[in-house]
Amino acid sequence: MTEIPEHLLKRAKAARAQTSDAPADADAPAGGGVAVKEKVASAVSAAPARSGPLGTGPGGNTQRLLTVVKSGSIQDVKASPVDKVHTWPHLLAAEFVAALACMSFTFFFSVFVNAPLLQQANINKTPNPSKAPWYFLGLQELLTMFHPMIAGVTIPGVGLVALIFAPYIDKNPSNKPEDRKFAISLMTVHLMFWAVLVIIGSFFRGPGFNFTLPWRDGLFFEL
Amino acid sequence: MAKILDETPRPTLKDRMTKMVDGLQGSQAWASIFRPGSIFRKGYTDSPRNRSYVVMNSVLYHLHPVKVKRHAVKVSYTLCLGGLSFFLFILLTVTGIFLMFFYRPTDVSAWNDISNLQTSVAFGLLVRNMHRWGAHLMVLTVFLHMARVFYHGAYKPPREFNWVIGVVLLMLTLLLSFTGYLLPWDQLALWAVTVGTNMMGYSPVIGDQVRFVLLGGKEISGDTLLRWYVLHVLMLPFVIVIFMAVHFWRVRKDGGISGPL
Repeated sequence: MTEIPEHLLKRAKAARAQTSDAPADADAPAGGGVAVKEKVASAVSAAPARSGPLGTGPGGNTQRLLTVVKSGSIQDVKASPVDKVHTWPHLLAAEFVAALACMSFTFFFSVFVNAPLLQQANINKTPNPSKAPWYFLGLQELLTMFHPMIAGVTIPGVGLVALIFAPYIDKNPSNKPEDRKFAISLMTVHLMFWAVLVIIGSFFRGPGFNFTLPWRDGLFFEL
Repeated sequence: MAKILDETPRPTLKDRMTKMVDGLQGSQAWASIFRPGSIFRKGYTDSPRNRSYVVMNSVLYHLHPVKVKRHAVKVSYTLCLGGLSFFLFILLTVTGIFLMFFYRPTDVSAWNDISNLQTSVAFGLLVRNMHRWGAHLMVLTVFLHMARVFYHGAYKPPREFNWVIGVVLLMLTLLLSFTGYLLPWDQLALWAVTVGTNMMGYSPVIGDQVRFVLLGGKEISGDTLLRWYVLHVLMLPFVIVIFMAVHFWRVRKDGGISGPL
């Protein structure tokens, strides 16, 4: 039960004092009791003694205060105002421009740079080096360092599971960078780890997947 | 004599154009295509009511709400990465359908088809280039989108599950790119996929079986090509579209995009 606000209590008290003063009723509450329930009972019992219609209050009023419900106690009010703008034109125009820019970039890049098409596939002729697509080159790079069970299964497996469950592992409710130093550092190290491996695998690995320098031996990389 | 001459000035080109556009926009056919509130309808004016109708009365309403948080339209917050990933997916679908007209997934014809596409089909080379560069770009944008979402802490409640769907989408994007890699059937494709599937063969216990199912045999052959073709043009796009639909729907159900920081 929520507490009755002070000003309402005062008002009820004043009203009660007024009614008990004017008509000389014997059963009017003395001393201004606080409980609203008592007041209701007295009002009902007092009614027939007066000239008003049946069931009216001491002042002839037909409504009474049963209880005070504070906002937020029953209904969760989330009406904090949010600054909103119309999707059209504010969002759609930006999206349209972004799509246009993206398409023209792809278009002009494709006009000037051709996709590779090497010799027809030949199972009997292994190119040296043989490389996976660039996004798997980090994995291929790891495989040169560790046992396949570790490099090919354990490390990427743990990484992937950690990535999927990140929201359930990270219980920190804040999204402010200053509150999430650990999470941000961990992710950055993780991303840099893979980026460096991919870069080494792409540009610094030559024949036999041995280490080379691209500015000395040239590139062994096709997209 | 002079009365016979029509003294009203001849309508200018501009007048005629205006009249024609009015006639077109006033026609029943036009009005039946563009629903009330459309910016293409006759007499569209920029009012708050019409701004709402533009979204509410169009198919866009499946994607966007009528209003979004003000900070959500700042390009510096999202860098448009999620939207661009989706756009690239559409671009790849369109260019991919074009490529399908000229390609047969068999070990005898695949390479020749691509070669002919580049030399004797109008815009064949250009469309193939766009498909390939668009695919690499999409891997990049999806990856960057993930990084952006992480650094904004946007995976936190109530958006945890949408992050999980997002990781699945990243995996599907990689798989789509990887299955497409084999299709030109050149030395690059064959050996990149050999290296890639060998890595998958390291999976514990079921490694050999996984590799066998993926390759349709002990080693890469024409069967692999057909298998990966079906995965690339039908199955994976089908699956990724379902996940994308849920992903976009959850963005709205979880209260729009996250932030501000």
